[in-house]
Amino acid sequence: MKQYVGVIAQHEPDGKIMPIEMIWTDGRRYEIERIYDVRRAASLKSGGVGNRYACRIRSREVYLYDEDGRWFVEDNENG
Amino acid sequence: MTRVILHSDINNFYASVECLYNPALRSMPVAVGGDPELRHGIVLAKNNIAKKYGIKTGEALWQAKRRCPDLVFVPPHYDRYIRFSRMVREIYADYTDKIEPFGLDESWLDVTGSLVSQDGKVIADKIRERIKFELGITASVGVSYNKIFAKLGSDMHKPDATTTITVADFKDKVWPLPVRELLYVGSSASRKLAGYGIHTIGALARTEPRLLKNWLGINGVMLWQFANGMDISPVSNDSYPIKSIGNSTTTPRDLVSYEDVKITIYMLAESVASRLRENGFICRTVQLYVRDNKLVSFERQAKLPEPSCVSDTIAHASMRLFDLNVNEPFAVRSLGVRACDLAPADCRQLSFLPDSERLQKKEELEKAVDSIRNRFGHFAIQRGIMLTDRNLSSLNPRDDHSIQQIAFLR
Ligand SMILES: [Mg+2]
Repeated sequence: MKQYVGVIAQHEPDGKIMPIEMIWTDGRRYEIERIYDVRRAASLKSGGVGNRYACRIRSREVYLYDEDGRWFVEDNENG
Repeated sequence: MTRVILHSDINNFYASVECLYNPALRSMPVAVGGDPELRHGIVLAKNNIAKKYGIKTGEALWQAKRRCPDLVFVPPHYDRYIRFSRMVREIYADYTDKIEPFGLDESWLDVTGSLVSQDGKVIADKIRERIKFELGITASVGVSYNKIFAKLGSDMHKPDATTTITVADFKDKVWPLPVRELLYVGSSASRKLAGYGIHTIGALARTEPRLLKNWLGINGVMLWQFANGMDISPVSNDSYPIKSIGNSTTTPRDLVSYEDVKITIYMLAESVASRLRENGFICRTVQLYVRDNKLVSFERQAKLPEPSCVSDTIAHASMRLFDLNVNEPFAVRSLGVRACDLAPADCRQLSFLPDSERLQKKEELEKAVDSIRNRFGHFAIQRGIMLTDRNLSSLNPRDDHSIQQIAFLR
């Protein structure tokens, strides 16, 4: 499933975008505690392509994708 | 010096992109094509499962459905294909600046002297791996010392494979293949060759070029050179995968006044211009298509004084073409506006003429309109003229458009 989410992000002067908080569909906010890795990647599970941020949120690793300005996460029941 | 040439071909391009976006489709036979209710719809692409049912590109949708009742039809999303084509090209650009596109899904790359590696296969494998990981689709890549054999190689193993053809092994790998696998051998040439008992590329290669010239003209000699690995054509950087961007519509009622025509032309020109901007193109020629209510149609084109991606300019040129070619009274049923002779916007010559400053301002204005429409929808902002006849201007032309890829023989 492709779950679109809201994101609070910082746009760096060099054009990089650093997500700071993710806003889930119910309005709850989740701090992005750490970003391990950023690269372009396809999400076969969700069906999409974008800049993939490997983030730590509540001590779990989550893939957050920026697909041309719309953000989504791979909605994975098993984490 | 021996060249190192790659030919990369995305496997089932349109279908692969659709299957990436809709995971549920991946286990079904899928054909990309227009509305199957319309009799003229054809299969533009299919996935591997549909291929197993014998579905063929170019066949009518109703025919395909008869062959495979479970076939799922997906309408084409050209914007996605253009985006993917651009992203694939960005990957190629990490290995060479000599890239020649051949349609949206194929490219030749000259990687001779690439700093990444001296081994074409290593680069080809790396490119395939990146396309799969970054874009979620696959490519077949041929590696050889000329463009013709590189293209043959990319056809030999699918999907997701690298095939090399060298000076030492081309006679083993290429010569047993049917002659029509060779680029530029069409059905008429292959029929003629068959008449002389020439069925394989090897047989073609061993035929006297003098004879081939008699049978096929100068093309016969060219094909003989190709079959012997003597193609020396360079990978040229100055071609673009898209030849033109156009949009046409059949109007809800006959257009009988210049005002009617103007509304429709502006609507089409706006959509064409916004697509030009979206893909970073300017056009040098505008083409107008007109069909009247007796189904008589014609096409006329005009060069623009200055290359442009501004809808005003495109609409003016189209209106002028209409004025010059249609006399009152008229009853027009279909109109089409096409931007041809495309070039990338960033290679536009700088000019300080007052006219180009005015054009620049219009371009900025229209880009602002694009961004409003992207955020709030097409009808959030409109020209005043569109309000004079809401029936005519109610189409959202961006959803219905066509792109024309380069032809196979340029
Ligand atoms: Mg292909």
